[in-house]
Amino acid sequence: MRMTNQKTPDPDTILIFEKGGSPHGNRLIPPLDVPDVDLAGYFGEDIYRSIPPVIPDLAEPEVVRHYTALSRKNFGVETGPYPLGSCTMKYNPKVQENLAALPGFAGVHPLQGDAASQGCLALLADLEKQLCAICGVDRFTFQPSAGAQGEWTGLLMIKAYHESRGDHHRKVMLVPDSAHGTNPASAAMAGFEIRQIVSGPDGMIDLAALEAAIDERCAGLMLTNPNTLGLFEKNIGRISELVHGAGGQLYYDGANINAILMQARPGDMGFDVVHLNLHKSFSTPHGGGGPGSGPVGVKAHLAPFLPAPVLTLAADGHYWLDDARPQTVGRVRSFNGNFAVLVRAYAYILANGADGLREVSQAAVANANYLLARLRDAYDLPYDQPCLHEFVLSGSRQKEMGCATMDIAKRLIDYGYHPPTVYFPLIVKEAMMIEPTETETREGLEGFADALLAIAEEVKHDPELLHLAPQTTPISRPDELRAAKDPVLSR
Amino acid sequence: MGGFVPIQPEERRAMLAAVGIVDPERLFAAIPEEFRWPSGDTDPYTDPALSELEVVRRLQDLARRNASTATHACFLGAGAYDHYQPAAIDHLVSRQEFLTAYTPYQPEISQGTLQTIFEFQSLICRLTGLAICNSSMYDGASAAAEAMLMCIRQTSRTKVLLLGAIHPHTRQVVHTYLEAQGFTVDEVGGLGPGDTLDRLSGTNPILPGSALSVLPADLSSYAGVLVQCPDFFGRVEPLEPIAAAVKAQGALAVASCDPVSLAILRSPGDCGFDIAVGEAQPLGNSLAFGGPYVGYLAAREPLLRKMPGRIVGETVDRAGRRSFVLTIQAREQHIRREKATSNICTSQALCALKATIYLALQGQTGLVDVARQSAAKAIWLQEQLIATGLFEPVFLGPFFREFAVRIAGNDNPELISKLNGYLAIHGLIGGLDLGDLAPQLTGCWLLAVTEKRTLAEMAALIEACRDFLAG
Repeated sequence: MRMTNQKTPDPDTILIFEKGGSPHGNRLIPPLDVPDVDLAGYFGEDIYRSIPPVIPDLAEPEVVRHYTALSRKNFGVETGPYPLGSCTMKYNPKVQENLAALPGFAGVHPLQGDAASQGCLALLADLEKQLCAICGVDRFTFQPSAGAQGEWTGLLMIKAYHESRGDHHRKVMLVPDSAHGTNPASAAMAGFEIRQIVSGPDGMIDLAALEAAIDERCAGLMLTNPNTLGLFEKNIGRISELVHGAGGQLYYDGANINAILMQARPGDMGFDVVHLNLHKSFSTPHGGGGPGSGPVGVKAHLAPFLPAPVLTLAADGHYWLDDARPQTVGRVRSFNGNFAVLVRAYAYILANGADGLREVSQAAVANANYLLARLRDAYDLPYDQPCLHEFVLSGSRQKEMGCATMDIAKRLIDYGYHPPTVYFPLIVKEAMMIEPTETETREGLEGFADALLAIAEEVKHDPELLHLAPQTTPISRPDELRAAKDPVLSR
Repeated sequence: MGGFVPIQPEERRAMLAAVGIVDPERLFAAIPEEFRWPSGDTDPYTDPALSELEVVRRLQDLARRNASTATHACFLGAGAYDHYQPAAIDHLVSRQEFLTAYTPYQPEISQGTLQTIFEFQSLICRLTGLAICNSSMYDGASAAAEAMLMCIRQTSRTKVLLLGAIHPHTRQVVHTYLEAQGFTVDEVGGLGPGDTLDRLSGTNPILPGSALSVLPADLSSYAGVLVQCPDFFGRVEPLEPIAAAVKAQGALAVASCDPVSLAILRSPGDCGFDIAVGEAQPLGNSLAFGGPYVGYLAAREPLLRKMPGRIVGETVDRAGRRSFVLTIQAREQHIRREKATSNICTSQALCALKATIYLALQGQTGLVDVARQSAAKAIWLQEQLIATGLFEPVFLGPFFREFAVRIAGNDNPELISKLNGYLAIHGLIGGLDLGDLAPQLTGCWLLAVTEKRTLAEMAALIEACRDFLAG
């Protein structure tokens, strides 16, 4: 850990607690209205903290100006196009924020009892009904806080299912090499061995490789469909037969479901478990990296294993949370999941309706294909097929000319665009994964394509522009090696 | 339709035609016909789109069916606390640059998120007395579970111990996380399955004794020991002897601490703990029926490479300017895949930002005042309830913000639930019915008192209890 002995901090990057501040208190709460207690005496010196944590006392205008200034160093979905592949950075309707903040939701204590929480429970019940219809499954749990926790929860249910049938030997989870990194990580945390399935030359699951990998120890297969190349696994029917025929279960990573909303349903394709990232396809804000929400849907045969408690409708029309679930995988999170995120997703589904959600996938896929058509000549396209909601270009040609994909990404920032996801999926060299989403404007699409075309020309004629990029930002190319080698993680 | 799609079908068709795609429906041709949905001529999903006004009305109707802190004075805690949320927090986190951005993959256009996470890490380090902290976890429960996995990675032992009265959800989540990977979770002195009055030790007839009093002598098989302070019942006890005993036997000492309490209680770092975790909801985050909340995870520096989750570090850019970046990423799933320290992908960044802004607005003086008032009001209410003769204490010794009492001379298992129902009619959310958790706690009631509760609200609670129980 590097100790600092630094000069006056740069005013642009001063930390909140590096601001002066003198003890003055604030007027946020009224004075104590019961007799004061000598807490040092009450707790005793083994418990009482005589030196409080060092946090400066600042006036509200100082705090507000500080965080407003910091916000201006961020790029958000409303700043400009944000085609970050696999992350589905669509516009987040404003009304959802108002609804999540309603005191009748925001001020509900999670343990105040079913009778006092009927509005929350009814919302969850209707959201569950709608998500079941959208995904073609029978039940959902809302406990998982995010997609990765949802993956892990779904895999725990698969494991419990096999064990309930005496299939204790089913320890192997199959994961394609194009999968999100969370897939193998979640499978490991669920106690599975991971067997990687290589993609075929068309970017799809190689059926021969899959068959060869399946044996009596197979617990299941995790699949993103469309996959991370934005391509639909058209052999999904056969894949499902193979996996189920060997006694395995099929897991759907819902990261890319935006592409097929109301066009096709994971449940119909044979998937037994589905997780959704509500912060992606169902338009809840990403928050700078959370909170998301990762509800998990299952077919009926897996319902006994859902995390407890499970939402239940009583004969008298009241909802209650049933904790008596003998086969449950257990609890994966405190309380009821990220409820305020669920409120937003519910409002989004209501506002769109079935036709609106179908329009979402049609527009998302159309936008991606339009961009692909405009860019395909200027960059390499390793898997040349019509894409769904996203596509993956390669910057290999540009790399040979001395400009890496990272240079292209940084140069896009100078043009006012958020770069795509880069260097993922791992099976594409110099990958650029582009997902415009359905909420991008015509100007946004054209401008983004124009910028990438112009950059392709700059690579040929003025590569220095890329190497110097970005030049329009508060900082440029921070030294990540130094950060990792000599970590300063707090002050 | 929702009105969130700017390019309408006609324009879309024209754009696609211009690049040679004549039939937009063909874009879905890769999906085999047998899986197209809705299939045939029935559409089983026919909910029509609602206008914004209709959506607002529908959700307002639902919200009105809940009791809330807007309609009731809340005396319920048990892991989620009704502290005051300064108004400026919501205004700042509603700025779209914070609200709608994603993980700061591109540091040049994410310094806002990165610096606020660095501030969060720093402030949690100051509260906990530890050197390093990650960018946040899903909640306090998963932070505890991930901490226990860190202990296993660090020591290569395969068992952990939950010591004393730990929040039931934390206990359950730790079990789920660890048992999934074949590790063993033992419990002592809590209210785990099978704990009966007979097995409970200590001087008190109802609750188990202090965590220290039930600490087993032999800890040599444990990777880590988790203790919660204040514990599930609000009790606090000296932590230093626990850390010393645990570490003497090669295990890691992990404390789960409420962050508000750390304004006036000795920090886990100061008491010798290796890891501190906790639920940071009380720092400016809404109750929101349980989420989103935000867990924190802080540790001693040697544990850095065993930590889960995103970590932000300080560095300089190529012009020497102070910069913040995601760092030590070789632990993470997007690089290590199945060998990562955790599957967690991001964090609860916006909730962590709320906590950060909360601490900045309160400052040291404000935070200490919130903690001091919460402690003093809880002490006062407990005394007053006992003084009515209707309740008796269930533990001796100090507590913070929360305490348990038992209804005197009545073991009707329905009584607390009926009392809470009576209070609800009178605008009060009562405490947790502990009998629901463990039969030996029938008639016991867990009440939380934050700085928000006024003398008048507490008097109303006492009066309503009198009316219901004595009337």
